[in-house]
Amino acid sequence: MQQTKRFLSLLLLCISLLPPLLWAQVHEFRLDNGLRILVKEDHRAPVVVSQIWYKVGASYEHDGITGVSHVLEHMMFKGTKKHGPGEFSRIIAENGGRENAFTGRDYTAYFQQLEKGRLEISFEMEADRMRNLLLPPEEFAREVKVVMEERRMRTEDNPQALTYEQLNAAAFVNSPYHHPIIGWMEDLRSLEIDDLKEWYRRWYAPNNATLVVVGDVDPQAVLELARKHYGPLEPSELSPPKPRIESRQRGTRRVTVRVPAKLPYLVMGYKVPVLKTAEAEWEPYALEVLAGILDGGNSARLSRRLVRKQQLAANAGAGYDLYAMRQSLFLLDGTPAEKHTTAELEKALRAEIERLKEEPVTAEELARVKAQVVAGKTFERDSLFYQAMQMGTLETVGLGWRRMEEYSDKVAAVTAEQVRAVARKYLVDDHLTIAELKPLPLENDTGNHGKGEADETH
Amino acid sequence: MRRTKLFIVWLTLLLLPLGGAVASPEIQHWKTSNGARVYFVAAPQLPMLDIRVVFDAGSARDGKLPGLALMTNALLDAGAGDLDEEAIAERLEGLGAQLSSSALRDMAMVSLRSLSDVRYLDPAAAILARIIGEPRFPEEVFQRERKRLLVSLRAEQQSPGDIASKAFYRAIYGEHPYASPVNGTEESLQALRRSDLQRFHQRYYVAANAVVALVGDLTREEAEKLAEKLVAPLSTGTGAPSLPAVKPLAGAVEKSLPHPSTQTHILLGQPGMTRTDPDYMALYVGNHILGGSGFGSRIMTEIREKRGLAYSAYSFFLPMRRKGPFQMGLQTRNETAAEAERLLREILVRFIEEGPTEKELIAAKKNITGSFPLRIDSNRDILEYIAMIGFYGLPLDYLETFNQRVEAVTGEAIRDAFRRRIDPQRLAAIRVGGRE
Repeated sequence: MQQTKRFLSLLLLCISLLPPLLWAQVHEFRLDNGLRILVKEDHRAPVVVSQIWYKVGASYEHDGITGVSHVLEHMMFKGTKKHGPGEFSRIIAENGGRENAFTGRDYTAYFQQLEKGRLEISFEMEADRMRNLLLPPEEFAREVKVVMEERRMRTEDNPQALTYEQLNAAAFVNSPYHHPIIGWMEDLRSLEIDDLKEWYRRWYAPNNATLVVVGDVDPQAVLELARKHYGPLEPSELSPPKPRIESRQRGTRRVTVRVPAKLPYLVMGYKVPVLKTAEAEWEPYALEVLAGILDGGNSARLSRRLVRKQQLAANAGAGYDLYAMRQSLFLLDGTPAEKHTTAELEKALRAEIERLKEEPVTAEELARVKAQVVAGKTFERDSLFYQAMQMGTLETVGLGWRRMEEYSDKVAAVTAEQVRAVARKYLVDDHLTIAELKPLPLENDTGNHGKGEADETH
Repeated sequence: MRRTKLFIVWLTLLLLPLGGAVASPEIQHWKTSNGARVYFVAAPQLPMLDIRVVFDAGSARDGKLPGLALMTNALLDAGAGDLDEEAIAERLEGLGAQLSSSALRDMAMVSLRSLSDVRYLDPAAAILARIIGEPRFPEEVFQRERKRLLVSLRAEQQSPGDIASKAFYRAIYGEHPYASPVNGTEESLQALRRSDLQRFHQRYYVAANAVVALVGDLTREEAEKLAEKLVAPLSTGTGAPSLPAVKPLAGAVEKSLPHPSTQTHILLGQPGMTRTDPDYMALYVGNHILGGSGFGSRIMTEIREKRGLAYSAYSFFLPMRRKGPFQMGLQTRNETAAEAERLLREILVRFIEEGPTEKELIAAKKNITGSFPLRIDSNRDILEYIAMIGFYGLPLDYLETFNQRVEAVTGEAIRDAFRRRIDPQRLAAIRVGGRE
């Protein structure tokens, strides 16, 4: 009976000229001025998402101007000669669109979601602000205040975010991952409009950008539209930032954050390779699986053992971003359960790491992580935005969108022995940094506080 | 026959004329043999299925034990039928399925996303049926989860935003069941017993009190069988009794809670509107202009764009079974808190007096109606809508007629509705921060 159903579905897809394979295909173009264009068809609904990704973000910044990429992202809504301040948002809204932007360590991106017939509106205005931003000083003076409020909300008044910020600052000495995406408050205070003008001139050019379009569109028509609007833009001469490779860490580092809070918190980071930096390509995928073994759902080890069995942690997690542009951190974090301490939590987390080095993970655990990845590949197709995000990220960090297609196969190929091997090689004390939040009473005054890796949003 | 129907639906989506009538998903509705209401949208394009089972079992049903609805909901997957919590987690995750549960004030729900291939779907759905119908609420898991919830209550005490939100509900709802926090209080959680959860489950997790929403790659026949299986372990029972009406605030309420933060979080508001409110559309479109649409809304323009006082500044109506909150809010550094609050109040008063301008109204309508295709562009979105339509008993053509109803709203209707429904003299004001 089920077979009948599959058969019918398949028939349907054929009738609609959208067999799954063709559907998943990404069309790739490049304009003469260097703009890369990726288009993916998805005809489930009459909508389109358009994202423009720039190769610039917090990790391109240097001391003294931290946060400039993010402030510039905010200023991108403050007008060109053609469209005054706020006009961009107003026009997109009037066309029933949603729009925003986000800044990460390795990218800055702008997006619009629209009914498919209105894509040209996005292209026209996005192309305009790629080269013709005005950056009025009075708008900057106000907007930098908004960003400071954003920093207060996300970081200054959030004890765990402050702790995470300090972890990165301690773990990375020479790498720009030392700095928070939103920038240090003192740097924000001294930022000037000329810093933004220079930053804009340097990075906002078609040959430093990727246009990603996913939705109910015809790739050739998208290319024509892109030619019309982005085609006339002049490319820039690009000078990439210095490599600033992180110097070797030679021993565990510890930082303490003392701020008014109610709960202690612990976050640990091991320096690990990512796809971009790995000597052996399988290693980041093995670390990805390792993260899944620890924190891929309720059956994963940290929930099962630390939260449910030992009941040492109220919650515990692990995280790893294999698509980072630079050497990154494999993170473990948690909040101790009632009557337990961060010291006990640290010991338990380290014991889990030791266990990964000693015993190969079980076949069942490995199968569960892989089952989730395989199913996830279907689930993620329900979101046009997510698909565009993946393509944009991969292209912008220089890995290329094809990695997205390879992901589940590469994860599926990881063996238990490889998981053990990366644990032994990289999750070692000499490459570990630990940050601990030690709560001060909420009732007392404290003065100065010194962000998270989550992207900042316009 | 099925082939013909789906093909037509699909064609309609593709050939949608710009700006014209927008094709809405066809919602099919029926009841299971034991009385659960089912809402189904066939979406054959992706080989997956989204299931959501919603019960009228939110914290409004907590009675004297705030946290009861949430604990009951959270412990559903902590052992059910012959499976313990480890087996449930391992089996579902081994099938690649994603399970989630949550409790709000009106509703408690369990959602499952699975591949639609029967090899995955059948066993995952069987587990879901046991989770909602035969939870065991083991004593030791109950003790552990209560402790974890107590820790999360403490985490909220270090977040000015969370403190403000809790105080806000208390202030606007007084003795109404919506007043108490979904995640309970230290005292109520200490007083909770496992037997309370069992009783709560027996009373509210029943077919007559349930809505099943299904979106994905199933035929109607398959969906009927699946829904029947999902709720088979539930007794028929009876629907939850109606909730008391929300009383308007007797007067202004002011609460300043000192907190060692660099910003002050400010919330202003009062009880707002229901899901089936006759003023729903006027208030919804009006609020879009006031502070519901982000950039371009009056609040965002005055607070952020013109003065740089806050990163986030907004207003919303949260429509619920009974009047959900009307809330305005922002966070600003302590020094500018008074100025920002004064502005927020002025913006509201002016909006109530003058209503929207014609230009604002046209822009809002264009945005709301023009973004309609985006509201239903994924299975996830459609699931949210049909679960909501089912739970609140909205008409099946709710989506189809949505844009018409937006277009019918006039500036005068907005002004009239705001005047009758929002009284700026009787606002609750919550301020958290100020003690750096």
